[in-house]
Amino acid sequence: MLAAIGVGSVADLFEQVPEPLRLGRPLELPAGMSEAEVYERLAALAGRNADAEEEVCFVGAGMYDHYVPAIVDAITQRSEFLTPYTPYQPEISQGGLQAMFEFQTAMSELTGLPVSNAGLYEGPSSVASAGYLAIGATGRRRFVVSRGVHPHSRETLATYSVGFGAELVEVGLEGGVTDAAALADAVDGDTAAVFLQSPNFLGAVEDVEALGAAAKENGALLVVAADPMTLGILRPPGEQGADVALGEGQPLGNRLDFGGPSFGFFCATEELIRRMPGRIAGETDDVDGRRGFVLALQTREQHIRREKATHNICTAQALNALAAMVHLAWLGREGFRELGELLARRTAYARERLAAVEGVELLHEAPVVREFAVRLDAPVERVLAKVAAERGIAAGYPLGREYPEHEDGLLVAITERRTRAQIDALADALGAAISGSVDLVANGATKSTEGVA
Amino acid sequence: MSMTETPMQRESAQTIYEKSKPGRRAAVLPEAEVPEPPLDELIPARLLRAEPPRLPEIAEPEIVRHYNRLSRRNFDLDTGFYPLGSCTMKHNPRLNERVAALPGHARLHPAQDPSRAQGALELMWLLQRSLAEICGLPHVSLQPSAGSHGELAGLLLTRAFHADRGEERTKVLAPDTSHGTNPATVTMAGYEVVKVATNERGGVEMDDLRDKVDGDVACLMLTNPNTLGLFDENIAEIATLIHEAGGTLYYDGANLNAVMGHSRPGDMGFDIVHVNLHKSFSQPHGGGGPGAGPIAVSERIEPFLPRPQVVRREGENGGEPFFDLDHDRPKSIGRLRGFQGNFGVFVRSYAYILSLGADGLAEASETAVLNANYLKARLAQGRAGERLPVAFDRHCMHEFVLSGKPMKRELGLATLDLAKRLLDFGFHPPTVYFPLLVDEALMVEPTETETKESLDAFAEAIEQILTEAEKDPEIAKQAPYTTPVRRLDEVKATRKPVIRQPL
Repeated sequence: MLAAIGVGSVADLFEQVPEPLRLGRPLELPAGMSEAEVYERLAALAGRNADAEEEVCFVGAGMYDHYVPAIVDAITQRSEFLTPYTPYQPEISQGGLQAMFEFQTAMSELTGLPVSNAGLYEGPSSVASAGYLAIGATGRRRFVVSRGVHPHSRETLATYSVGFGAELVEVGLEGGVTDAAALADAVDGDTAAVFLQSPNFLGAVEDVEALGAAAKENGALLVVAADPMTLGILRPPGEQGADVALGEGQPLGNRLDFGGPSFGFFCATEELIRRMPGRIAGETDDVDGRRGFVLALQTREQHIRREKATHNICTAQALNALAAMVHLAWLGREGFRELGELLARRTAYARERLAAVEGVELLHEAPVVREFAVRLDAPVERVLAKVAAERGIAAGYPLGREYPEHEDGLLVAITERRTRAQIDALADALGAAISGSVDLVANGATKSTEGVA
Repeated sequence: MSMTETPMQRESAQTIYEKSKPGRRAAVLPEAEVPEPPLDELIPARLLRAEPPRLPEIAEPEIVRHYNRLSRRNFDLDTGFYPLGSCTMKHNPRLNERVAALPGHARLHPAQDPSRAQGALELMWLLQRSLAEICGLPHVSLQPSAGSHGELAGLLLTRAFHADRGEERTKVLAPDTSHGTNPATVTMAGYEVVKVATNERGGVEMDDLRDKVDGDVACLMLTNPNTLGLFDENIAEIATLIHEAGGTLYYDGANLNAVMGHSRPGDMGFDIVHVNLHKSFSQPHGGGGPGAGPIAVSERIEPFLPRPQVVRREGENGGEPFFDLDHDRPKSIGRLRGFQGNFGVFVRSYAYILSLGADGLAEASETAVLNANYLKARLAQGRAGERLPVAFDRHCMHEFVLSGKPMKRELGLATLDLAKRLLDFGFHPPTVYFPLLVDEALMVEPTETETKESLDAFAEAIEQILTEAEKDPEIAKQAPYTTPVRRLDEVKATRKPVIRQPL
C-alpha cells in the first residue's frame, strides 16, 4: 500500500502536521485490553450502581422505569437499523425512512397536531428548540414559562436564550397547577411563546386550553411539553390549542440509561411546517411510480441552508425514535389507552395510600396521571437514603433539589412495573422512616425487593 | 439496460398502519390490582381524550415481520463499504452494545443519588479524563448530545467568556469549507458568520483571514484536518492571529479520527473542541443517531462549562474518592439538556477507548490515514484519475475530495449519477456535493476498519462505472436499478409534503 502511495512509511503521511504540533509520545492512557477484560472492567463499574433491577424505582421526574418489550431490543439491535448513517441516499435507506414516516404519524396522532419531525436529541433541548422556532415565527424575543415546566427544560431554554437574545419570564404554580391569573398578566404583545407542561413537573394535569387563551389573545405561540405515555388518555395538546407539542420520548421504548440516549418528539401546526427543526421523512414516488420515502423539506436544514437554517441539528436520535415506534405498535391502539388507564388507577391508589401515612400529606390535589407530589414531615433526603438503604426502594425524587419552596416535597412516579405490593411497601417504608422506627429485622435483606410487601 | 424488477421492488411499500386490523394486538398488560373507577372520576372529562390515538392494531409476529422487512430495505455498515466522507463509518464493536445493556447501566435512573451511582459517575469521569488527554485540553463536559450541540455549547461558552471580560463581540469566522452545522450554529448563538476563503493548498487563505480578524471577532470555527482531508499547516499562525485579537478558537472534532495520538487540538492552540463519539469513538450511528458531542476546553473556558459537571472528590484520610455532580458553578452557561447526557453512548465509547488503548487509538488514526491515501492513489490511476481528479493534489489525512467536473464535462455524468450507480455495485457512495467549493465534489473517507481488498473493490467499481459510461452514459444516469426503489422524486416530497399517514 505504501508503494502505491509512493511513500516509505506511514510516518511520511503525517509530515503535513508541522513538527512542533506532533505529540511525539504515546497518549497517557492504559494499554489496550482484550474483549473479556473490557467486559469485566465495565461490569465492575455497572455493579457499583443501584439500578432499577435491584431497587424498586419510584423515581420519575421526566424519565420512567417502564417495561420495554423484548421485541424492541430485537429490532433495534439489527445491524440494518443499528449501523447506517442518516439516510442521505434514500434508495438504500427505505427501511429507516419508512420507520421515520410511521413514527411521525404516531407522534402526530398522540399530540393531535398534523406535523411531526423524526425526533430531536431529548426533551429539554426540544423545549429550547421551540423557543428558536417561536422567535422566527413571531419576530419577538420574550418567553413566558410556567414553573410547572421541567426545571431542566426551563434551564436549557434559559441557556439557549442567551444566544437567541431572548428574555424569560417565569410564572408560578398555585395548587399544583400554573397560576392562571399570573400567566395572563405575564403574557403581552411582545411575547413570542408561552411554555406549559402537562402533566407538569409536580404531576398535575394542566388545563392547557384555558391557560393557552392568553397566548392566543396576544399572538404568541402556545408550546406544550407532554409526557407521551399519558397521551393515550389525556386530551391531546393539539386539541387544546397548542401550536407546538413536544417532550421527552424516553417513556416510549427507551431505557433509563442514566439519562440518555433517548429522543425528543416535536410536533406543530401546518403553518409551522417550514420552520420545523430536524429531519422529516416524506412520501414520494420513484421513477417507475413505486411508493418510496425521502428526507423532505431539506431546504430548512443546515447542510443546505447553512446560516439560514431553521436549526443546527444534524445527528439526532433515529434509533431511539424507532424504539418508540416499535413499542407503540406493540402496545397498539387499545393497549396504549389501557396502559394510560392502568397508570392513572395505580397512581390514584398510591396517592391515596401514601396520603394515609402518618407524616405524609399531599402537596397538591390537582388531577394526576402517573406521578404525584407529597410533603414529608421529616427531612426528605434523609428519608430517601434510609428507605433506599434499608428497604431497597428508591422512593421518589426530592423536590427540594429544584424547588426551594418545596424543600419537604417528594415526587413519586408509577409505571406498569410498580405493583400494588410494591406501592404498599413504599407506604410502609415511608411511614417507618418518618417515624424513625424502621424495622431493621424485616429488611434483613437485601436488594431483592420484588417480595418486599 | 434491460430491467427486471427485483422481488423487493415488486413488493410495494406498505406501512404498519395499512396492516392494522381492528381488534388485533400484541401487548398483554398486568392486571390493575387496585380499584378501577371510571377514568373521569380521577381526571375531569374535559381533560380526557374522546378516542385513543389511532395507533396500529397488529399482532407481535406481524410487527416483527414488518420491521424485519423494513430492515432489509436499508443498506448498513455491517453489510458493506460505507466511505461517507466526514462521517467516519468505522466498525461498531458488539462488545460495546453488550456492556451498555448491563442493567447497572441500562436501568440506572438519571436522578439516582450520586452515592448510589458511583460506577456511572466514575465511568463518566474516566471518559472525561481520556478525552482530555486525546484532545490535549484539561477540562471536559460530556453533556452535549451531538456535534452540533457541542458547537452550540462552544459558542455559548465563547459568549460567556467575552461577557465575563465585559466584551460583546458580534462575529464568528468559519472557512468556506466548513460543515453546514457551523454557520447554522453561529446564527443560533446570536452571532453573524463571516466566511474565510481557502488557499490553493486547501488551507485557510491567510491574507483573507488577516483582513477579517478584528476586535469584533468572537471566535474562529475550524476543522483540522479540514473537510478536504488536509491538515492546515498554518494552524499555529492562525491560532496566534485569533488569540491576539482576543477571540477563541473552536475545533470541530468531526475529523478527529485522523490525528488521535498524533496531534492534539489543544496543542494546536484550540480553546474548545467537540468530539463526535458516534464517529471517532465507534458509537453506532443508528440511521441518524444517537450520538454524543462532548466538549474539551482550555483553562480559561472552564469556569463557564455547562452544569452539572462530573467531579472526583478525594476521600478524607486516604479514603475512597467520591464521584459527584457539581451544580455549584456560578459562571456556568447552564444546562444544555436534561440530566447528564447520553450516558449509554459514554459506556460504548469508553469501552472502545479501553479496548484500543493508547497505542490502538494512534494506530487507528495511522491506518485511517494509510487507507485514505492508498484509495486516493488507486483512484489517481486509470479512468478515475482523468475523470475524477483529486481536488487538492497532496497527501491527505483520513479523507480526500475528488471533483467530478471532468466526468460531467466529458461523459455527461454528474457526481449524483456516479453515486447512484455505485448503489448497484453494493457500495454506499461517498458524501456528494460537499465541500461546496469543489465542483461536483465526492468526499471519500474509508476509515481504518476496511481491508485493502475492500478499497481495491471500490476503486474497481468506479473504474467499471466510468468505462461503462464511455460506452453508454445513460446507464449511470438512470441508476440505480437493483435497490428496493429506484431514483426518487425529492422535489415532490418538498413541494407537496406528505409527512404522515392519512388515517
